[in-house]
Amino acid sequence: MHKWGMVIDLDRCTACQACVVACHSENNIALIGPEESAKGRTIHWIELIPYFEGEYPHIKARLIPRLCMHCEHPPCTKVCPVYATYLNEEGIVTQINYRCIGCRYCTTACPYTVKYFNWYAPKWPKEMKGSLNRDVSIRTKGVVEKCTFCHHRLLKAREKAKVEGRDLLPEDYIPACVQACPSGAMFFGDLNDPFSTVSKLSRERRAFRLMEDLGTEPKVYYLSEGV
Amino acid sequence: MEKTHYNRTEDEILFNSIERTGRSFCLTLFILVAIILWAIYAYQFQYREGLGVTGLARPIFWGVYITNFVFFIGISHAGTLISAILRLAKAEWRRSITRSAEVITVLVLFFGVGNILMDLGRPDRMFNIIKYSQFRSPLLWDVSSITVYLTASSIYLYLPLIPDIALLRDRGKKRPWLYRILALGWRGTERQHRLLEKAISVMAILVIPVAVSVHTVVSFVFAMTIQPMWHSAIFGPYFVAGAIFSGIAALIVAMNVIRKVYHLEEYLRPVHFNHLGILLLVMTLLWFYFTFTEYLTTYYGGEPIHMTIFWMKLTGRFAPYFWGMVLFCFVIPLPILSFKKMRTPFGTLIASISVIIGMWLERYVIVIPTLTNPRLPNEMVRYFPTWIEWSMFAGCIAFFILLYMLFTKLFPIVSIWEVREGREKSLAEIQERIRTYLPGLGAE
Repeated sequence: MHKWGMVIDLDRCTACQACVVACHSENNIALIGPEESAKGRTIHWIELIPYFEGEYPHIKARLIPRLCMHCEHPPCTKVCPVYATYLNEEGIVTQINYRCIGCRYCTTACPYTVKYFNWYAPKWPKEMKGSLNRDVSIRTKGVVEKCTFCHHRLLKAREKAKVEGRDLLPEDYIPACVQACPSGAMFFGDLNDPFSTVSKLSRERRAFRLMEDLGTEPKVYYLSEGV
Repeated sequence: MEKTHYNRTEDEILFNSIERTGRSFCLTLFILVAIILWAIYAYQFQYREGLGVTGLARPIFWGVYITNFVFFIGISHAGTLISAILRLAKAEWRRSITRSAEVITVLVLFFGVGNILMDLGRPDRMFNIIKYSQFRSPLLWDVSSITVYLTASSIYLYLPLIPDIALLRDRGKKRPWLYRILALGWRGTERQHRLLEKAISVMAILVIPVAVSVHTVVSFVFAMTIQPMWHSAIFGPYFVAGAIFSGIAALIVAMNVIRKVYHLEEYLRPVHFNHLGILLLVMTLLWFYFTFTEYLTTYYGGEPIHMTIFWMKLTGRFAPYFWGMVLFCFVIPLPILSFKKMRTPFGTLIASISVIIGMWLERYVIVIPTLTNPRLPNEMVRYFPTWIEWSMFAGCIAFFILLYMLFTKLFPIVSIWEVREGREKSLAEIQERIRTYLPGLGAE
């Protein structure tokens, strides 16, 4: 069984936000106008956030891409009353949009605040409507959404491998953000495979995860030389 | 019986509210309906546009609706619990107040649940809770325990109502068909009385653990997450104590209104308010004890993530709400309730209104500050409830008052048969009871 995970090398990341753009167009993320953005209603499945280490004057600040951590022990799935979010057998925390009742319990329970709510029905300018991704369903108003590790790409890759009569190869399934990263700072793959890139990198000396003390066991690793 | 100070015709006044309708009733009804219609307008606006019309945003996903949910469920602890405890303790002064208390419980529960439904992004999918129930979610524990509570307290309200409905049926003045059905063939025989007493005392015992569990589970919605100042083991008892606190206050307010409007000064006497005032005083002190423990534990632990919220409440952005809560929950009611001279109907009314405001602020201070400061850096978002949220709050209160008023138009708000029973039987019963407690009173 696969256990999908991601490694982001912060020493290589230039904070160019290509991943953010790629994610937006891949996953049909609604465009929230400037007015609503100011109120805090934006949706970004991946986003660059300022991250501070230490205290002044020994402070170190950097921008880090933050996405759903796909925790092994997700605080969000436990509290969902309708199984609209759950950890699937391959380690992806999935979100069933058409079942979500919009109670926003998962969004308040997530310590990484990576779950987003559709305050209004999603909107796009007319010109953009033709270029929406047909593999990703469009959310309605009043439901929660978040990063799925581009799960639709996995489904597609698996179908393709089946048609060609072969096993799924590591390079078959890559999320849009990893694919778009120009500095090669993002890696994706199977953490269960001891020889995969992500597996090797996740065991490196530089590797850490966000808020490991919470016991959520994220499957997104960061690499950094540290202070 | 003939020798007693009262005679039966004096209970006439208890039927007045049902049989006569004044102009002020119609006027109040009109105002309440207007407020409710306004709230319905606000809700359909929210339903059409989405929850964006509220002041909520990321990361403050929960606001006034959830505050109101906790608040209303808290108020509901007035009735059933107090009435059950007083009944089991055989407190004789309960007789004229139990009914008005039990009605609060049953009616206000609908607004607790209603606020959760208003808060849903997709209320049309609410039955998914039954279709795909996931019992690890504390929200589902809530659904279960509130359902049980509503059922139990409805039965508990209905049982002592049966003899009174039969009285109304026998008078045959208004709606005889309705009372005939609801009286379930009550004839007041010895056997029926025995069965009724038994059923009431079984229900009284049953509703106490149910009531305690309901508010514990409401607190679990917060306490089971790992968010700062929510993740606390004391939340269960803290919420239950707060619920009883605000519940008694609501009962005192309701009794004051009933007393004035229906001229029931003879039935709801200063002594009732004095006794309830003492209960409220105890709860005031208990509230302080719980709040103090909760905040002191956080302070001594000193975990940075908790301390941010802690200082936000004590000195930061939420200080007006926090200190307002302390003022209304403790500083104002404590001196009023401490002196017997001030535990009059009016004195307790002032203290109770203060407690209700304070307890609403407490719920607000629990729900919102925790969400404003997530662990990872986030956009600075301030939460201000919009007119939609305030309208719905007003609508809930108006609807509750409306239902309560209609109840008094259909059924006697003071339990007539229990008052009569107290008059006719209790004196002898109490004498008998005291004989069993003490030596030297002629008991074997």
